[in-house]
This record gives sequence, structure tokens and C-alpha cells, in this order.
Amino acid sequence: MRNQAVSLVAILLLVLAGVYIVFFPSEYQPAWLQRSVVPDAPRNLLDLKLGLDLRGGTQVLLEADLPEGQALADGAMSTARTIVENRVNGLGVSEAVVQAQGEDRIIVELPGINNPEQAIETLRSTGQLEFVDPAGMPMQQGMLINTTNHPTIVTDTISAGNFDPQLAPYGNQLFETVMTGDILRSAIATQDQFNQWQINFELTSAGGEQFFNYTSQHINQPLVIVLDGRVLSAPIIEAAIRDSGVIRGQFSREEAESLGIQMRYGALPVPLQVVDTRTIGATLGQDSVDRSLRAGLIGGLAVFIFVLAIYRAPGIVTCVALLCYMILNLAIYKLIPITLTLPGIAGFILSIGMAVDANVLIFERMKEEVRNGRSIRLAVEAGFNRAWPAIFDSNLATVTTCAVLFWFGNTFGASVVKGFAVNLAIGVILSMFSAVFLTRVLMRALLNSGGRTMLESPTMRGY
Amino acid sequence: MRIVERRGLWFAISLVAMLPGIIYMLWSLTTTGRLLPLGIDYTGGTQWEMRFAEPLNLNDVRQVFTEAGYDDLTMVTVEDDRTIAVKLKVLETTEKEALAARLTERFGAFEERSYRSIGPSIGSEVSTTALWAVVISSLLILLYLSWAFRSVSHPFRFGICAVTALVHDVLVTISFIGIMNWIAGWEVDALFLTAVLTVIGYSVSDSIVVFDRIRENFRRYRGESFASIANRSIVETAQRSLGTQMATLLTLVAILMLGGPSLQKFMATLIVGIVSGTYSSIFNATALLVAWEEGALFHREKRSLTSVNNQAALA
Repeated sequence: MRNQAVSLVAILLLVLAGVYIVFFPSEYQPAWLQRSVVPDAPRNLLDLKLGLDLRGGTQVLLEADLPEGQALADGAMSTARTIVENRVNGLGVSEAVVQAQGEDRIIVELPGINNPEQAIETLRSTGQLEFVDPAGMPMQQGMLINTTNHPTIVTDTISAGNFDPQLAPYGNQLFETVMTGDILRSAIATQDQFNQWQINFELTSAGGEQFFNYTSQHINQPLVIVLDGRVLSAPIIEAAIRDSGVIRGQFSREEAESLGIQMRYGALPVPLQVVDTRTIGATLGQDSVDRSLRAGLIGGLAVFIFVLAIYRAPGIVTCVALLCYMILNLAIYKLIPITLTLPGIAGFILSIGMAVDANVLIFERMKEEVRNGRSIRLAVEAGFNRAWPAIFDSNLATVTTCAVLFWFGNTFGASVVKGFAVNLAIGVILSMFSAVFLTRVLMRALLNSGGRTMLESPTMRGY
Repeated sequence: MRIVERRGLWFAISLVAMLPGIIYMLWSLTTTGRLLPLGIDYTGGTQWEMRFAEPLNLNDVRQVFTEAGYDDLTMVTVEDDRTIAVKLKVLETTEKEALAARLTERFGAFEERSYRSIGPSIGSEVSTTALWAVVISSLLILLYLSWAFRSVSHPFRFGICAVTALVHDVLVTISFIGIMNWIAGWEVDALFLTAVLTVIGYSVSDSIVVFDRIRENFRRYRGESFASIANRSIVETAQRSLGTQMATLLTLVAILMLGGPSLQKFMATLIVGIVSGTYSSIFNATALLVAWEEGALFHREKRSLTSVNNQAALA
């Protein structure tokens, strides 16, 4: 009896927590709950994280494009990934994703961009580090300028993404490229004797001559280090430099390391080719959201009516358990957080149908036990115990195929396949919990609170 | 109830359902060299859906592509007569931009509903992996079932029969896709694989529910014949199978009718597969189990069995 009360309270608390997580407006929720909220994206009904096929946007799969017989150098792909990531951040796209995929692929997701072609070209361009003469203009890290080697990069970047034009104050002015990155032999982040982070660099012998000529004539003037038109740093030349030098500044460790990598690998270590592009227009995405929402509502309603019609009193219990199941499921989506895709929604809706299965198994079992002459109370318990092996074994089969699907989707960045598999698996596992815990506790509660007479009448039990 | 005794009939029905799929695969293999009508997910290519402001004539649009030098393409309207989907070879960024400019010049600005371009090499890699995905799932299920039913004699048989049933369901979905390909030009995409694997999971779930009952009834009704235990188990689980089937189908039909064109093929394939899955778990998997136990693919009356034995002995 006391266990019963404890379980009921536990369920109530769990569902309340679920309701809070799912339905409470996210601005009033603590920060750790808001991970699924995308800052700039249009708000959706439950603030769930939407995939590209629902939000609109572009996904690209980039693959190392090596000549026949040439092997991929160690770490080349992870460096390429870092560089691509920097470029994506440079485009000013919020919530972009850059992930390594297998050994030689990178997947990039760019939600809601205006000109996907331009953006993709920017990402896979070989990239070039330049030393630029600022012509007396003050330069700051993060600014975008046109250089003689990249004369139209400002307009290109602004039209490709959501780049903030305020970061390109010099508009169409052209700055002179003095030297390019190939004069560098190495660049590495180190600490000086005061533990300040700095970048040590060495020059090639040919580059050293060039660098010496320039620096000796421009002492006390800034030299701007630019990668793909973006200002990385604008240190003041303190002395003429021939074979090695140091860049000092108020660098944090991360900043120094990132600058070192970008100077060393301004150019991509491997050429990348686009092997798979998919773009979904924002209106198509919105269409899909609206339609699947309606399908989910009608489908769910149909299931509820069906269950009530067939199973009567236990059907009510099932419906309550199903409602709790749906709330907990959505709460899990927000907590992980799961990125919802269109097939993912289909997986969720399908899992509602499958969640009924466990309940159906139990109630059919219960009815049988009653027919065999057991009392209602014993029949309920026997129904749960006897149905469990079938529920467990059969659901595990579905989880197995979901695992295989996930592996498949993961290999090719097929987020639609992955989304379906993840949502169906979560749903199936949660449905087992819902059947053996939620339904069971609710059934017992019904029995104890005078529902026994109700269950004893064949009409209410649903024959 | 005599269900497993009529297995000859059930197997015949299954054969009829699988036949179009088998014929389709043979036909497709000889005409295109591929078993299935593979879409661009597996072959590589471009699929481009655009919505124009005004209704337009497909032939006019086709003409623009032909003038630009793209002859090998298919074109259909989606939902209304101002939205078209074009399928053609892989496009480079510059090629796409040039085409977009030509289209805009001729028909005015359009909204890009969706665009997909996938290289042929990755496409063929996807097909291979997809095949592996199906094989690996089946093997995992076979192993898992043999383990789950380790307490019964011949646990491996349960696995084999469930896997045979799931192969049946995959063939039935292929029948469906083949017929739809002949009628409406459907192709299979990455979601088709998703549908097939979901059907596999569902079909096995269904088989397990019946098998689980057989496992239990074995203990309860010792001495009863295998066939009668199987019949009993089928009848006892029939209501559950129908109940679950209905609940699942209700959700699937809702998405099919209301979910929009992106999900239609996926849902239709799932519905066919899931109906087939329920049928096969009862009428194939269980019937096969009995056939194996009795050592006869089709049911024979006891009397004729003896006479056959006598004849064999005489000869």
C-alpha cells in the first residue's frame, strides 16, 4: 500500500517535471534547460531543436580530394576541420555544425543561409594567409578587408551568409598584399618568461629576405596578418626580422594556439571536394512542421479513440499512460537535446502506435486470465508478469534495427535516417518503461480506488 | 482452429505477394543492371525542386534545360502546377548558377524548395552499406532470437523462421515498390532503407510475440502436438496482433494522408511492410516452425503419411 503511494507520487513528480521541461516558456527556464533553443531561429511551438529539413538550410559533405595513390597525412583531416570551422564561424551563421565523418569526410550544416553556393565555395576554397599593408588604417581582429589577392572577398562574404557589414568598415577599399603564407616555415604558440602567450614563427630563406626588406622599412607600423580576407592579428613591427620572429599581444592560450594553427595551416592541408549537398528552402521546412504536427495530432487522437473503444476502463488507464509517455518523450528530446527531423517526427508518431502494443499485450493477457477464472486483482498482476518477456524480447528486436540504422546514417551524414532511428529507439525503450511502470501503477491505483467493480463488469473491461 | 494445417494456402498467398517483387528485380536487373529502381541517394545525381510564381508548362521548362545542354533529365510537377522537380546529373556550383539564371530569365524568380546533389562514388558506397545494413540486422536478429529462445529445443529454428518471415516482408515491400515504379515511376531513396529496416524490426517483434506464447504453452501443455500448440498460441495472440496492428496503422495512415509529399512514399512502404509483417509472423514464421517440426512443408493427413511410408518401404 505504501509502495503504491510512493510510486504514484513518483509518477506525478516525473510527469510534472516533464510538463515543466516541455511546456514552460523557455525564457523562464534555467540556462541548462535551454540548450535546445536556437538563439536567432524563429521560435517553434515547444522550442524543440529543429533539423535542417524543418528549418531550412544547407548541408554539405566534404571529402578529401587526393590524387590517386596519395595517402592522407596524419592529422590533416582534423586540421582541415578546424579551418573549415573557422570559416563557418566567419560566415556569421548561428548554430552551424562542423563534424568529422569517417576518415576523410567533413559534414557541415548551415541553417538558414541566403546563398548556399557562395557559402560552400568559401568553405572549400584552398585558403590563403597574407601579410597586408594597412595603408595607415587601424585594423582589428575579425575585420574583413579586400586584398590584392582577394579583391572581392567583402561583397562575396556578405552575400553568402549573415556576415555583419559593420565588421567590414573599409568596404571596397583595396589593401596591398605584401607577402603570402608560403614564406612561413613554422608558427607555434609558446610562453615567454612572464608566462605570456605568444607566437614564434620561422621564415624560409627566400621568405626571410622579403620579410627583412619590408620590416626594415616599416618599423613601428602595423603589419596585418590576414586569412581569407579576415584580419587575424595586426602586430606592430618592432624590429627588422630576417629568419625568425615573435608575435606578442594580450593572447589567451586558446587565442595563441588558434592563431598559430591558422598561420601554419592558413591553406587547407588537403583539397576538399563537395560530394553531397542538400538544401531545403525555409518555406518547405515550415510546411513540413505544420503538416507533421497536424498528422501527429490526428494520428494520436485516432489511437486514443481506438484504445478507449476496444479496452474501455483499462483503455482510460492506457490513454493516461500514453499522455505521460508523450510528455516524457518530448522532455527527453529537450534534455539531450535531440535535433528533430521530419522522419524523426514520423519515428515519434510511429512509436506512439508501438507504445500501445505493450499495453495491448498486457490487457489481452489480463482478459485471458479473467476468462480462466482468476480474480481481477490476480489477473492484473498475472497480465503484467506474463506479458513482460514478449514485450522485452520484441522491443529489443526493434532497438537492434534502430542501432543498425543509426550506424548507417552516421556513416553518410544522413541525418534524416539517424533522426528516425534515434527517435524510434528512444520511443520504444520509453514505452517499455511506460507499460510496466506507469500502466501498472495506474492499474493498481484504479483497483484500489473502487475501480474493481468497474473492471469486473465485462462491458467496462471490453470484451 | 486449424491454421497451421492450411499452411499450403498461406504459403501460396505469400508467394503471390512476393512474385511481383521477384519479377521486378529480374526485369530491372536485365534492363538497367540494378535490382531496384535506385534514386539519387544511391546512384548520384541532382534533384532540384523549385516553385515559380506562375503556373508553367513542363515542356517549356524542359526546353530551357535542353538549350543549356542537359538532355538526360526527368521532370514532374509536385502538388501544384507551379512547383516542379527536376532530376539530372550531378551539377557543379557554376553549372547550377548558370541554369538558375536561365530559368529566372525565362520564367521569373523562383523559390528553391529543395536542392540535392550527390556524387556517384558516394552513391554507390551508400548502396553497398545499405545492403550490409539489411544483412547485419538479419544476422543480429537471428543470433538474438536463438539466444532468447535458448530454453526451448531447437532455438535456432525459431531464429531461422523469423528471419525467413522478415525476408518475405522485405520481398513484399519490393513488390510494392516495383509495382509503384511501373505505375508512377517511384524510386527508392535513403528513407526506403529506413522503411525496410523498420519493417524488419516490426516483423520480428510480431514473430516473437507468437513464439513467446509457443514457448510458454510448451511448458503448460506438455504432450500436446506441436501443431496444436502453435494453433493455440496463434489464436491466443490474435487479438493482440490485431490491436497493435490497428494502433500502428492509425498513426501511419495519419502521416500518409496529412504528412505532405516528403513522407508519402516512406509511409506507404511502411504500411505495406507492417501489414505483411503481421501476416508473415502468423502464417509464415509459425507455420514454417510447424513444418520443420513435422518434417513436411505442406500438411499431410496422418493416414496418407503412413501410406507414403508403406510405399517407400515396399519400393
